[in-house]
Amino acid sequence: MYHSWWFITLLILICVNLIICSLERLPKTLKLINTPMKPAGETVIKTLPVRKELKVKANLKAVKDEFFNSLAASGFHVSESTEGDSAELYSQKGKYSRLGLYIVHLSILLIFTGAIIGARFGFGGFLNLPEGETSDVAYTGGGKTIPLGFTIKCNWYNTDYYRGSDMPQEFQSELVVIEGGREVLKKVIEVNNPLTYKGITFYQSSYGMIPNAAGVFILKVTPVRGTEHVLNVQIGDTFEMPGTGLKGTINGFSPALTRDPTTGNLITYSDKLINPAVLIQFSEAGKQSFTGWILKRYPETGVLPQGHKVEFFDYWGVEYTGLQVSRDPGVWLIYLASIIMSIGLYIAFFMSNKKIWVRISPDVSGGKSFVKISVGGSASKNRLSYEKEVERIIAKATGAIEERSKK
Amino acid sequence: MTGETFFTISGLSYLLAMVVYITYLAARKNAVGAAATTITVFGFVSQTIALLMRWGDSYNFWIETSPPTTLILSLLRSAPLRNLYESLIFFVWCLILIHLIIEFRYKIRSLGAFVTPLAALTLVFIDVSGTSKEIQPLVPALQSNWLLFHVLISFLGYAAFGVSFGAGVVHLILLTESREDKAYIFWSIIVGIFIIILVAMGFDFFSVSAAKPEEVIQNYFLKSTFRSSSGGIVAISWIASVAFLFIIWRYGLGLKKILTGLSLTADLLDEITYKSIAIGFPLFTVGGLIMGAIWANSAWGKYWSWDPKETWSLITWFVYALYLHARFAAGWRGKRVTILAVVGFITVICTYLGVNLLLSGLHAYGSE
Repeated sequence: MYHSWWFITLLILICVNLIICSLERLPKTLKLINTPMKPAGETVIKTLPVRKELKVKANLKAVKDEFFNSLAASGFHVSESTEGDSAELYSQKGKYSRLGLYIVHLSILLIFTGAIIGARFGFGGFLNLPEGETSDVAYTGGGKTIPLGFTIKCNWYNTDYYRGSDMPQEFQSELVVIEGGREVLKKVIEVNNPLTYKGITFYQSSYGMIPNAAGVFILKVTPVRGTEHVLNVQIGDTFEMPGTGLKGTINGFSPALTRDPTTGNLITYSDKLINPAVLIQFSEAGKQSFTGWILKRYPETGVLPQGHKVEFFDYWGVEYTGLQVSRDPGVWLIYLASIIMSIGLYIAFFMSNKKIWVRISPDVSGGKSFVKISVGGSASKNRLSYEKEVERIIAKATGAIEERSKK
Repeated sequence: MTGETFFTISGLSYLLAMVVYITYLAARKNAVGAAATTITVFGFVSQTIALLMRWGDSYNFWIETSPPTTLILSLLRSAPLRNLYESLIFFVWCLILIHLIIEFRYKIRSLGAFVTPLAALTLVFIDVSGTSKEIQPLVPALQSNWLLFHVLISFLGYAAFGVSFGAGVVHLILLTESREDKAYIFWSIIVGIFIIILVAMGFDFFSVSAAKPEEVIQNYFLKSTFRSSSGGIVAISWIASVAFLFIIWRYGLGLKKILTGLSLTADLLDEITYKSIAIGFPLFTVGGLIMGAIWANSAWGKYWSWDPKETWSLITWFVYALYLHARFAAGWRGKRVTILAVVGFITVICTYLGVNLLLSGLHAYGSE
């Protein structure tokens, strides 16, 4: 459905709509930004959404200077005009915050562009690679073969489990990139940690068992007071614990060994390598000494009575790693658009165009002379918080005026 | 005391706070309001303790069962945001946090009567839906540093939307004058369904309490009423619901009288609805959509797969974008735009619960 013609058409219509609406509004916004502020006059100030009025007993110039300082401290670039005895300070800040929504709209268009680039020039495919094998191609869902331009090899695949449970903790594969017969890159990938080479990324996506594969047991054997040796053996093979004369024969294997809780018998409960175990028959000087299961996930099962250690390191060559293979040349644009969108949203929602007018005029009431201060302001957003800011500006200025009159 | 005890204390506190907030609406005594706030704060503190204790427990669990990692990585991997239970608990925590911030900032208590029921609804839902409360190992796909930020920020966004829903409903109640008004019918149905589900889950809760612990794993959601095995009970539930919706519609104007007496103005509610969306929308966009897309790209090689969760969150995003455009570009105010805010939260519920419980997809972790 999401790739049908009508859905794509809808997406294109959204883009067209976005472009047309933004272009229609943009000139008005630019006009708002570019129109210089003018003094407002007493009557206009009284109609503004934020308005305060107060009277102080002080010198008019002192009042004007302190309001000037207080506004400047709040980040306003103040202009002033005089008209008769009265003076007016006016200023604005954050006028470019009005462009925030256009930044968000632009980022949406960039995301669509990135998606188109990805769909046109990228691909998404998969590759099931058995342990030890190589491939020069990946496959799409439609069965098409995509040449990689280099060779990819899977050294091994492994599932880690949480201790004491059969919940997978991590799926891992060691991948090698081979180019011109040379190993150029080697990395252990896991879910959330892919390998990228020449723009093509390999993601750990699934795994499985190769049917009828005969694997190799990788054993790490350490005699008491000896060093570790790595052995590769197959079913039926016999190996020797170096320098001891103790021999081991691989007699059996279970991909998932457990003890049946009701009968007490050992059983295999899955055909996947959930709890791999190898049955080894040990003999010394031709006489069978003992037989035991050694479990990969429980190394303590590999400590022999004499103190020698046999670690069942891996059963190799029976699993394949399932890789998601993709190339998306548009993804950098998606990331860039995401950053732009975050910035745009911040500007659009948390910044606003704030305007303020402060009119200062002499006033006589009750036979005493005062300075009357009318403050008016408007904000494109968050009026309530702007009102608090205006109150702080006034408080700062009046505080300073009082300080002055004390001196 | 265990974390579980603190969760229970916080849950009971929110339920009690809901009752006291509603009493405050009717009694209009400041002391009652103060009591409601105190109980909510108390519940919030115990929930915070519970969350930290659960984090500690799952940290120990991680240390015991996983290969050794650095302290910071272990803390990140054990953040209690991994399944439906933990995320719903966290949603309630965010909801109460944002509610308390608004209550202190705007000095309005009455909103609590509409936000705490949402918290109570969520908490009761956890108990009746049979979601597992066990600390579970983190599946490989979730082992990413994005988990904490993606879930944390999305849920703060959801909670902000939840508050806008509460404020929006109250706003609609205040704005509508007559029973023939479409907006009146809309809010009476929303409030009615809300209360019906709350009551129905109350019945479920008692049947869960009566059940043996080993049976509680199954989903009890609406099993005592609409999804009962007895046809008679289902029929009675539907008849009772329709009757209840009619009662709400018939006597809803009374609710308006109660609300008008409080320090609530339509302007203030409009402001809170808008403010919550203005906070929720950028959080949801960045935390939910953008971070989700980046994470998806690094885990699956696709930043957008049109899986049901992604599609529904895009629908949510469009509804709130529509709200913002209706408000700013078209200049809508009052009933029409507030209905959009309320519809927005319904899509949030679809995005969160509907997708996790009913549909399978890449985001199905939460259903376990």
